[in-house]
Amino acid sequence: MADDAHHGHDESFLRKYIFSTDHKVIGIQYALGALVFLLFGFTLVMLMRWSMANPNQAVPFIGGFLETLFGEDAQGGVITPQLYNSFGAMHGTIMVFLGIVPLAVGAFGNYVVPLQIGAVDMAFPKLNMASVWVYFVGGVVMFSSFFIPGGPAKSGWTSYAPLAVIDAASAGQTFWLVGMIFLITSSLLGAVNFLVTIIQLRAPGMTWMRLPFFVWAQFISSFLLLLAFPPLEAAGVMQLMDRVAGTSFFMPTGLVVSGEAYSAVGGGSPILWQHLFWFLAHPEVYVLILPALGIVAEIIANNSRKPLWGYRSMVYSVIFLGFMSFIVWAHHMFLTDMGVIISAFFQTTTMIISIPSVIIITALIISLWGGSIRFNTPMLFALAFLPMFGIGGLTGLPLGLSGSDIPLHDTYYVIGHFHYVVAPGTIFAMFAGIYFWFPKITGRKMNEFLGKLHFYPSFIFMNGIFFPMLIQGIAGVSRRLYDGGEYYEFSESILQLNTVMTHSAFGLLLAQIPFIINFVWTIFRKTREGEGTRNPWDATTIEWTDADSPPMGHGNFAVVPQVYRAAYEYSVPGSDKDFTPQSEPDSK
Amino acid sequence: MSVEIPYITEPRPDTGLTLAKLGVWLFLASEVMLFGAFFSSYVVLRAGNTWQDFAFGPAPVVQDAESDEGDEWAEEEAASDETEDADEHAGHDHSAHDASAHAADNAGSGHDDHADLHSPLQTAIPMATFNTIVLITSSVTVVLAYASLLLNNLGRFRFYFGLTIALAFVFLGVKYVEYTSKFAHGYFPATSPLLALYFTMTFLHVLHVIGGIVVLAYLVGPGTKMWKTNPAQFTGRIEAVGLYWHFVDLVWIFLFPVLYLL
Amino acid sequence: MSHDHSPEAVKKEVRVYLGVFGALLVGTIVTVLASYLKVSTALGIFIALVIATVKGSLVACFFMHLRSEKIMILAFLLLMLVFFVVLMILPIGMQMDTFTDNISP
Repeated sequence: MADDAHHGHDESFLRKYIFSTDHKVIGIQYALGALVFLLFGFTLVMLMRWSMANPNQAVPFIGGFLETLFGEDAQGGVITPQLYNSFGAMHGTIMVFLGIVPLAVGAFGNYVVPLQIGAVDMAFPKLNMASVWVYFVGGVVMFSSFFIPGGPAKSGWTSYAPLAVIDAASAGQTFWLVGMIFLITSSLLGAVNFLVTIIQLRAPGMTWMRLPFFVWAQFISSFLLLLAFPPLEAAGVMQLMDRVAGTSFFMPTGLVVSGEAYSAVGGGSPILWQHLFWFLAHPEVYVLILPALGIVAEIIANNSRKPLWGYRSMVYSVIFLGFMSFIVWAHHMFLTDMGVIISAFFQTTTMIISIPSVIIITALIISLWGGSIRFNTPMLFALAFLPMFGIGGLTGLPLGLSGSDIPLHDTYYVIGHFHYVVAPGTIFAMFAGIYFWFPKITGRKMNEFLGKLHFYPSFIFMNGIFFPMLIQGIAGVSRRLYDGGEYYEFSESILQLNTVMTHSAFGLLLAQIPFIINFVWTIFRKTREGEGTRNPWDATTIEWTDADSPPMGHGNFAVVPQVYRAAYEYSVPGSDKDFTPQSEPDSK
Repeated sequence: MSVEIPYITEPRPDTGLTLAKLGVWLFLASEVMLFGAFFSSYVVLRAGNTWQDFAFGPAPVVQDAESDEGDEWAEEEAASDETEDADEHAGHDHSAHDASAHAADNAGSGHDDHADLHSPLQTAIPMATFNTIVLITSSVTVVLAYASLLLNNLGRFRFYFGLTIALAFVFLGVKYVEYTSKFAHGYFPATSPLLALYFTMTFLHVLHVIGGIVVLAYLVGPGTKMWKTNPAQFTGRIEAVGLYWHFVDLVWIFLFPVLYLL
Repeated sequence: MSHDHSPEAVKKEVRVYLGVFGALLVGTIVTVLASYLKVSTALGIFIALVIATVKGSLVACFFMHLRSEKIMILAFLLLMLVFFVVLMILPIGMQMDTFTDNISP
C-alpha cells in the first residue's frame, strides 16, 4: 500500500476529491451535501413556523427577499397558503430524501462500513461514484424547482394524486418527480453496492455474528432500499405520465376540478398511488432509523465499556424488523375506506413490528447497567436518543390501531410522533456519529465544551418544538393549516403553544451555531501533541484498531486485518486493558 | 490505482460468488419489484373498471349533474396541505356517480367503432408474437455466446453476440411499427388505462432493451480486449450481462400475455 | 452442472439450451392459441399465467442457471418473491375489501 500512497500524489485535485472512487471521499461528499440540505430544510420549516405563530404577518429580515423570489406567493413578504404548501412539501422531501437518508446511509455507511468489515473499498467503486453523482443531480433538480415560475411542488412530501396531478399549471411537481427518480436510482445503486460489499468483502474471520451492529443495521437498510424503492420509482413514472402524457393511472373517472370536468379520461385509482408510495415510505422509515440505532449501539458499547447486552437478539430483531416493515404500510391509509379484514391484518402486523424495536431499545438500555459510563459528547447524544426514540415509538402505537388513528390522523399528533422519531431520534444519532467518527476522518476530536453547548440546548429546544405538537394534536388541531389553527374556536386554549414552538425552533437554530463553529474549526486547526493516535476512544472495532486516523489513501489498511473475536469485547475479565480489539489473537 | 478488490474473478469461498454475479442478481431483484409495481397497478386498474372502460377508456362524464359538489371538493383540496383524504373524497365521491354517468353516455361517443374489437391491442398480436420469438431467440444466442467463451472460441462468441444485437434491433424495429400503427389508429397513452399501461410498460421494457444493446455492443467491440488480459473477468462480465438479457426476455414473457392476450 | 466448465459438460449444456429454446417456442404458440379458446375470462387468465410462469421458470432455471445457483442468491430471490407477492396481493385485496361495502351490502 506504500505504492498506493505514492500514487496519491499523482492524482489531480479533481480526481482525488471530486470524481473520486474512494469510499471515504464519497462518504464525505454525501455528508457535506446532506448537511447543507438539512440546514436548508430546517430554514424552510423556520419560515413555516413563523407563519403558524404569526399568520399573515411579513417575515422579518428576509420578507423582501421572499417576495422577490416567489412574487405573489409571498406578497408583502407574507407566507401565503400557497407558499406554505410548497415549503411543507419541500421540507419533507428534502429532509427525508436529500438529508437524512444520504447522511445515514450514503455518508456513514460509505465511510464506516468498509472500514468496519476490513474491506479495501466498496465492491463497485465506480458505481459508488455514479450513485453520489446521481444524488447530486437529483438534489440540483429539486433545488432548482424553487426558481421556476409557480414555485416548487405543493402537494405534500407524499404527493398524493389527484391533487399532485391536477396542478399542471406549474412545473414544480414535475421537477419533484424527475428529482425523485434520480434520487431513487442513486439509492438503488448504493443499496446493491452495500449488500455486495457486506456479503463479499468481510475480512478473514469477520463472521456474520462478529459484525459490528452498525454494519447489520446498514445491511438491513440497504435491503429495504433495494426492494422497496423500485415501486415508488414505478409510481413516479406513472405520475409523470399522468402529468405530461395525460394518462389516468391515478385519476378517477369523472373527476371535477374547480367546477369543470377534468380533461383526463379517468378510470385510474388515487389509492393506487398511496399503496405504491407507502410501500416504499414505510420501509423508508426504518431506513431512517436503523442506521441511527446502529450508531447508538456502537457509541453506547464503547462509552459504557461493556459488551452490548443481547447482541444476538438485537441482530435477529433487526432482521425481523426489516422483514415486517414490508407488510405494515397501509397503517398510513386507515382513512381510505379500508375494510375490516385488511384493516385487522395491518393493525396486527403493526403491533407485531413494535416488538423488535422494543427489544433493541431494551437491549441498549440494559447495556448501560453497571457500565463505567463516559459522558462525552457522542455519548450524550446517544443517551438522549434512547428516550426520544422511546417517545416517538410509543406515541406511534395509537396510530397503528385504526380506532385511535382515525381521529388522530390529520392532527399535529402525527407530526409530533414522526418528528420525535426522526428529529431528536435519528438526527441526534447522526450528531453522535459525527462527534464519534470525526477523529477517524480528521485525526482530531471535536471540542468537548462546544459539543456540550450544542447538546444541552438542542435537547431542550427539540422537546420544546415537538412535545406541544402532541398536546395540540390530541386537542384536535389540524396538521395542514398555514395559520396554526388561528380561526378555529376549539384551538384557542392551546394556540399559545405555537409561539412556544416557534421560539424553540429559533432556539434550536441558534443551538446549531456551536456545532458549525466546532465542525469548521476542528477541520482547519492544527493537530495537537498526542492527537492523531489510532484509537482515541479505546474502541475494539477494526476501523479504529487497524487503520490510521485519519486513514491512509485509497486502500484503507496497511495489512488487511484478521478478525478473531466478537465486536464488543470491553472489560474482558483477566485482560490487562479494558478493551480487546477484534483483530487481537487469543493469548493462549 | 492499485487498490485490489478481491473476488472479482475468483468466487469468495464461503459464498461461492463473484462480486459481479451477486451484484447483478441483486439488481435484478430490484428490477422485479419495479415491474412488479406495474403489474400490481394493472391488477388494481383492471379490477377497478369494466373491461370496456379499462380497454377503451371510460365514456366522458356529463358535467352539470355534479359540478356543484365537485366544486366544493376542489376548494377543499386547494386549501389543504397534504390532502390525503381530500383525494379520497374526490375519488369516492365520483365513483358513486359512475353508474349514472355511464347510463347517460355509454351508447354514444367513439365506442361503436371498436365494437368488433375485444381490445385495442388485438391487431398487434401477430407482431407481438413475432417479437416474443425474436426475444427468446436472442436469449438463446446470448447463452450460446457464453458457452462459446467457456469453450475458448472467441470467434463464435462474436458471432452469437452480433446475432443477439441484430435480433434486439429487429425487436426495436417491430416495436416502432407497432407504436406508429397504434398512434395512426388514434390510440394514445391517454386513451384508456390499458393503453396507458401498455405504452408505459413496453416503453420501459424498450429502454431496458436499448440499455442492453449498449452494453452488448461495448462488450463485443472495445470491451473484448479484456479477453486477452483477463479472460476470467471477461467471462464473468459476459455471464452478468447475459443474466440481465435473460431478465429482459423474462419480463417480456409476462408482458406479452398480460397486455395483449388477457 | 453448469459450474463444471469442461468442454464436454459445456457441450451437454448447449444441447439443454436448445431443448429449452424449443420448449419456449412451443409455449409461445400455445399461449397465443389458448387465447382464442372460448373459455371464461378467469380461466383464460389462469391458463395464460400458468404458461407464462412455466416459460419464465425455464428461462430462470436454465438460461440463468438458477437450478444450480448458490444458496445466497436463492435466499435473496425467495425473499424478493415474498415481497413481490405482497405487492401483488395487498393493494387489490384492499380494493376488494372496503368499509363502505361492509356497511352497505
